[in-house]
Amino acid sequence: MNITQVLFWFLSILAIVSAISMVISKNPVHSILWLIVVFVAISGHYILLNAQFLFIVNLIVYAGAIMVLFLFVVMLMNLNTDSEPQKNRWLKIAGVITGGSLLLVLVAALKRADLKTQLAETNIGDIGLVHNLGMTLFHDYVIPFEISSVLFLSAMVGVVVIGKKD
Amino acid sequence: MPINYYIFLSVALFCIGVAGVLTRRNAIIIFMCIELMLNSVNLLLVAFSKMHWHAMAATNPGAGANAQLFVFFIMIVAAAEVSVGLAIIVMMYRNTHSIDVNFLNRLKH
Repeated sequence: MNITQVLFWFLSILAIVSAISMVISKNPVHSILWLIVVFVAISGHYILLNAQFLFIVNLIVYAGAIMVLFLFVVMLMNLNTDSEPQKNRWLKIAGVITGGSLLLVLVAALKRADLKTQLAETNIGDIGLVHNLGMTLFHDYVIPFEISSVLFLSAMVGVVVIGKKD
Repeated sequence: MPINYYIFLSVALFCIGVAGVLTRRNAIIIFMCIELMLNSVNLLLVAFSKMHWHAMAATNPGAGANAQLFVFFIMIVAAAEVSVGLAIIVMMYRNTHSIDVNFLNRLKH
């Protein structure tokens, strides 16, 4: 078992355990902190797959900016364990059973698939570097890139309009 | 690493997100579960982008960059979606003084 496999299993177990803790923790602030751990673990997977640009974007945009935004909103509303709305027990059990059945169906369908010989190449390749991604982005995807800036502008205007006190 | 390890990891994270959306009533937690589902799909796309690297390396060294740019665009859309969604949740809290999604059932009247 080499270092890549050790890191893969460590990051996978960290991601799944943190995701489950995120769903079951009562305090919303703890949920957010667990979700940051999940995002850091997923960023670790990106760097194992040599996707360095996505690693740093995921860390800055998701684990940095978006989760801080969530944290600000939770603290603005002063949420804690006491104000947490609870579903009744049967609805929770039904939700877990539904999610588990989806997992069961997908795993059963994919278990027999002939993918044993297909490898996701770790620690190799340079398509994840900024140079290569930038060349592709500004050669083939200029129009979507510009449209996404319009999307951000409209999102910004929308946030101001929604958040304004009328 | 074999690709099916990544597939099973992403499926597990996605299903945890689905179960979280169905079991929680706090609007912010539901929103965070949706972010978790988006991220599991991103992880799978990045794993697939490195799948045929050896076969394609000789003829097309840039193969797979499209998949990683797709992930980049998903992140862009997710960032815009989070800002609008949190603004809606803040407005809902201002009107109802609660973030329980069950209060939203009055939308049907």
